[in-house]
Amino acid sequence: MLYREAGDFKTSYAKDQQTFPIAFDRWGYFITIAFAFLVVPFLINDYWVNAVVLPFLIYSIAAIGLNILTGYCGQVSLGTGGFMAVGAFSAYKLMTAFPELSMIIVILLSGGVTAFVGILFGLPSLRIKGFYLAVATLAAQFFLVWMFNKFPWFYNYSASGQISAPERSVFGFAVTGANVTPAVSYLFCLCFVFVLAWAARNLTRGANGRKWMAIRDMDIAAEIIGVDPLKTKLTAFGVSSFYIGIAGALLFAIYLGAAEVGEAFDISKSFLVLFMIIIGGLGSIFGSFAGAAFMVLMPVLLKNIMVGYLGWPTDLASHFQFVIVGGLIVIFLILEPHGFAQLWRLAKEKLRLWPFPH
Amino acid sequence: MNMQDSYITVDGRTIGAPVMEMKNITLRFGGVVAIKDISFDIREGEIRAIIGPNGAGKSSMLNVINGFYHPQEGEVWFRGAKRKPMKPHQIAKQGLARTFQNIALFKGMSTLDNIMTGRLTHMKSNMVSQMAWWGKAQDEETANREVVEKIIDFLEIQTIRKTPVGRLPYGLQKRVELGRALAAEPKLLLLDEPMAGMNVEEKEDMSRFILDVNDEFGTTIALIEHDMGVVMDIADRVVVMDYGQKIGDGTPDEVRSNQAVIDAYLGVSHD
Repeated sequence: MLYREAGDFKTSYAKDQQTFPIAFDRWGYFITIAFAFLVVPFLINDYWVNAVVLPFLIYSIAAIGLNILTGYCGQVSLGTGGFMAVGAFSAYKLMTAFPELSMIIVILLSGGVTAFVGILFGLPSLRIKGFYLAVATLAAQFFLVWMFNKFPWFYNYSASGQISAPERSVFGFAVTGANVTPAVSYLFCLCFVFVLAWAARNLTRGANGRKWMAIRDMDIAAEIIGVDPLKTKLTAFGVSSFYIGIAGALLFAIYLGAAEVGEAFDISKSFLVLFMIIIGGLGSIFGSFAGAAFMVLMPVLLKNIMVGYLGWPTDLASHFQFVIVGGLIVIFLILEPHGFAQLWRLAKEKLRLWPFPH
Repeated sequence: MNMQDSYITVDGRTIGAPVMEMKNITLRFGGVVAIKDISFDIREGEIRAIIGPNGAGKSSMLNVINGFYHPQEGEVWFRGAKRKPMKPHQIAKQGLARTFQNIALFKGMSTLDNIMTGRLTHMKSNMVSQMAWWGKAQDEETANREVVEKIIDFLEIQTIRKTPVGRLPYGLQKRVELGRALAAEPKLLLLDEPMAGMNVEEKEDMSRFILDVNDEFGTTIALIEHDMGVVMDIADRVVVMDYGQKIGDGTPDEVRSNQAVIDAYLGVSHD
């Protein structure tokens, strides 16, 4: 009864094109944003930030990035971990080389560097498609991780081979280093998530998004109606890598603080982000958030149940966690192969008619 | 091009100067000759049909016209200038649009978005403006939406505006595909078997739309079709192909009485 669009007429094309055409959705969105910006920072504590909220926000950016490439443009990529490493190392090099540079600019520039690298590795996509492209991006993953290990210049010749973020602050608040408060790191990441998700939504609903989806759905027809395949695929690689690079930079600088490339950005990161978009829903910004939430929250929840309530030993619980999360993914994909976004869409369609289904 | 050449009268209808001229086109795939030394023109404002038995090279001809195949010999002249070798997407920007024999819609997108992709050649806003959904990007989006809505009205598909095209029945998908090609406001519209697999009623609808497009927008149309009744009714002039060669060219009546054409369709007795 609450969720319907009767009487909600659109009188201009601009209004018909908005992201949330139904008033109920729009208000839900405004309230969520207001809650996230105005209420959460006062409630949040160290445990929540480090265990749940920061990884969720950062992986959301990575998932949106990969979703642009794979979900919207149809180019499968297994190089996410490698591109996140590019973002992280760019951030590290920029932070140590230019200590005066604002962190916001550092993060954005890291995204830019990653976009450039992504476009380079996207060049083969004009010739190879599907699984073969996936293997080519897999090469990017291994090559980039090897490169960051091999050349000590990237980690400033430190003995451990690790990179660690020096203390930097934005508007007088420390965002990296030892003196960070949970609210500040939360808000710092949230701002990036908000702006990037908003930009991604605008890009994907406009002319660029249609070009990407045209290439995804039928590349030959797309070319014949005037879409330049090379340019379109490369913009998808560029934008996608920009997002993934920012996620990598935030993961290293804000969340981890210190990282070792083989450990923090290995192939399992690529798969993790790929799982997120498959479970959340390919070709959906909401799906990227839903998938990131699922993959971040599920292990935490399971651990709390098994260790906290059932009192199992930690090592047993952590092994069981893999089994259960894996099982859940399989079950979920059998029941709803199009992910959370599709479930949500179906639920909304049902709710529009409820309780009078005819 | 002299003045006599620029206007001709066909069956009492005056049609314009040539838009597209194919001059001695030969297309080979390895040893197979798909098109052999064919010349014909398509004139402004006409409906030009290309017919022929299966495997005659009709679709290959269409693919040459829109730049998907590059002929080994011969020249393509478009709007009074010889066309350089180009990619299909560049040719689309010159004002060529087409539909496909097997529907080639973008299955994951709605009817509206599919037809909007037809406007992509008219949209030029940069990425930053699109990211912000502000300024040029939004103006363009609204202006082009208006054009698309006119096409939706014209094709009578208002009710399926927001339906994903994958869910639509075959006849409607064909109509959406026509809409996508029309949205580009092409100088020359190529239709590859627009009526294949349709029942009589759907064929009548489609014929009506093709005639209306030609009539109301003045669009020049080149089409391939197997249904002789339809071709003879709607086409101004017909090219007949067989085994990659041109065996007839003229008005439907001329073609109908051409002995080579009758032989190709009905067979020749070998006694």
